Amino acid sequence: MTATVAAQENAAAALPSRARAPHRRRRSTALRWRRVLLGAAGIVGFLLLWEIASRTGLVNPQYLPPPTVVFGELFRQLTTATFWTAVRQTMTSWAVGLAIVAVSGTVLGFLIGLSRFLKRFTASTIEFLRPIPSVALVPLAVLVFGIKPESAILLIVYAGFWQMLIQVLYGVSDVDPVAESTARTYGLGRWARIRYVVWPSALPYIVTGLRLSATIALVLAITAELVIGVPGIGSQIVLAQNGARVPTVYALALATGVLGLLVNFALRLVETRLLSWHSSIRSEVV
Amino acid sequence: MRLKRLGATLFYALALPVVLIAVWFLATRSGTNGFTPEPVKLVQTFFQTWIGPAFLEDVVPSLTRLGLGLVGAIVVGILLGLVIGMSRFLRDLLEPLLEFFRAIPPPVLIPVLMLLMGIGDVMKVAVIVIGCMWPILLNTIDGVRATDPVLRETARSYGIGGLARVRYLILPAAAPRIMTGVRQSLSVGLILVVISEMFAAVSGLGYQIVVFQSTFKIPQMWSGIVLLGIIGLLLALVFQRVEHVVLRWYHGLREVENGGTR
Amino acid sequence: MAHADPVETGGPLLPVRGVQKVYSSDNGDVEAVRNLTFDLARGEFACLVGPSGSGKTTLLKCIAGLMAPTSGEVLLDGRPVSGPPKKMAVVFQEYGRSLFPWMRVRENVELPLRNAGMPRAERGPIVDEALSAVGLAHVPRSYPWQLSGGMQQRVAIARAIAYQPEVLLMDEPFAAVDAQTRADLEDLVRAVWKRLGVTVLFVTHDIDESVYLAQRVIMLSSSPTVVQEDLRIDLPEERDQLETRGMPRFIELRHRVYEQIQLAKRGVRPAAELAPAG
Repeated sequence: MTATVAAQENAAAALPSRARAPHRRRRSTALRWRRVLLGAAGIVGFLLLWEIASRTGLVNPQYLPPPTVVFGELFRQLTTATFWTAVRQTMTSWAVGLAIVAVSGTVLGFLIGLSRFLKRFTASTIEFLRPIPSVALVPLAVLVFGIKPESAILLIVYAGFWQMLIQVLYGVSDVDPVAESTARTYGLGRWARIRYVVWPSALPYIVTGLRLSATIALVLAITAELVIGVPGIGSQIVLAQNGARVPTVYALALATGVLGLLVNFALRLVETRLLSWHSSIRSEVV
Repeated sequence: MRLKRLGATLFYALALPVVLIAVWFLATRSGTNGFTPEPVKLVQTFFQTWIGPAFLEDVVPSLTRLGLGLVGAIVVGILLGLVIGMSRFLRDLLEPLLEFFRAIPPPVLIPVLMLLMGIGDVMKVAVIVIGCMWPILLNTIDGVRATDPVLRETARSYGIGGLARVRYLILPAAAPRIMTGVRQSLSVGLILVVISEMFAAVSGLGYQIVVFQSTFKIPQMWSGIVLLGIIGLLLALVFQRVEHVVLRWYHGLREVENGGTR
Repeated sequence: MAHADPVETGGPLLPVRGVQKVYSSDNGDVEAVRNLTFDLARGEFACLVGPSGSGKTTLLKCIAGLMAPTSGEVLLDGRPVSGPPKKMAVVFQEYGRSLFPWMRVRENVELPLRNAGMPRAERGPIVDEALSAVGLAHVPRSYPWQLSGGMQQRVAIARAIAYQPEVLLMDEPFAAVDAQTRADLEDLVRAVWKRLGVTVLFVTHDIDESVYLAQRVIMLSSSPTVVQEDLRIDLPEERDQLETRGMPRFIELRHRVYEQIQLAKRGVRPAAELAPAG
């Protein structure tokens, strides 16, 4: 994406300035078409290989059914109520968990980030708790909530919170000191500074944090369903596996991929909309 | 003066944890509610459970699976990433496909791979390799693409091509991004090894913790959770050290770049 | 340093013949460079000057084998240049981006030699000499980004020298460096040139610099580029920043180059071009 543009710009830089602009325009549309076509070819090629491998028995078709069968099953699933119920269940846990993460992460991030004392005070605890894998809480979730969606939400909140918090902390401390000083000299009080200087400056990080947490939230929602049995797509996959409905397992796995793509796409959309005013879309601080 | 500084650092590092532990201690003094352990008992149980035969039977297999899986993911991820990253044709061809695979939540691989490979150790290592290689692969491709064009041209003008070009130019240039990918895959790996053991195993950390939980051996269960936390922490620390050494030049460079602006 | 050439002893080292570069664009083909023809003699120091967009960098890349001309050819030692030749070294303008940041100074300088398969024992003295020739014998273990801009460019020059080329191509190497450092680097390049006997083609947009440094200034027209004028600089061989730049002859030559460049900028074509093609 960006690197290709850089490569193009480099090629364009070798040109005399007069020819640069129109030349680049034509080359970039041609390049874009090529990229789209090749990408599609890649997907089609992969599906073809898979189909051949499965049909010719290269891979045991009982355990790896051909894509035609899998996609057939996937489309069939789309017509069933159980499928959509499962999707709804998964996405509800996802949404609730994400909302809690977003609010708590942002609020605590601001509180801690704006206070030098609190930052230092909590730094060691955050560094210690952060790398603890959320799956460690699975048994606890089972004990306390069983197969209720709260189990999933617990996992989501624990993992997503740290991601969000770190990003917000970065965002709050990344405020341009010049902007801050300017605001102060114009007599903006603390709250006004937060509203007009800190918040917009931290917004890109908040959105990035949201995007990262959203992906993690989906992974953990499905994990909770797979491992604990919370109702949702994950539990449907386990059911299919136990019932030896092999094509269904693959179909649902593909469905989760699509969900993942949609979540990512939706959040990138939010990112571009909210941050269209921001000249530099900051890179991820992970 | 330095002592004062040292004292301040220690204070900040330990204050909150100490407070939290104290609160926990006091709260559980009046008897637990069955779900939360007492701190002292927890430490005792921890040593009882994990220091001893259990270490060899459960901890070591888990860590071995994780280690093998991560090494596999790193090797495959970097090799494939280099090959794909250096060819614009391959990049254009494979990128949408790779982006889709990356979007599949890694734990979903477990039931799928169980179908193909059964429930043995091979399956678990394969799950980790396949689940962890995406961040590394995609980051390597990104890193290769972002190689500075001036550097590329310099290498060309001095006749540095082929494997030498990969060794001296492409790989080091992509290293920062690759390390980011490795860091992401570490957390995924730990999650995957634990889940795959919770799901289907006869040994391992995840398996044991599930056993404890299902037989209501709460303190042991908690000690398992603590152990997982410690492992996660150690992994992060080890990675930090390794990154510090491998990317020493990069950190120095960024410091110089940012030193003047802020 | 430069050994006798069995093919063309006494002939020009680097003939550039009819180089043309055409780019395709939305509005049809654009001829950036129309016809560049000149000969570089062995051991000569020539400067290439021209208005912006005159294709100086394009020409340099064609000569360096980094880019293929649409027509015409560049020969080195009688053989056409089709890829970066072994006997040529290039110093780019962006020193910060042409040195490998993950290697120390010494490693950067010895990389081309190492890549060519030269054993360590042989490399060592060459690298040492190159570093002391540019005055950087004291920083071999530093990383490039720890050094100032001027020092980084010296490292790039040392790397080019260590490569033991016959031809040294420099693409506006001092454009991004402050004026005082530039003066030091200019003298450094001349010293290196004299000491090693290399042929130097130095591209610049700085007119004073071109007259100060060169034995010969090749001026380019604006696009589509041809040679506007080829001026011999008959200043004394020993050049000094203060003395030489104050000489009346310097001022005359500088004036001449400036005039030509102004004409080139206004699109005035050289008389030679209007003559029938031959």
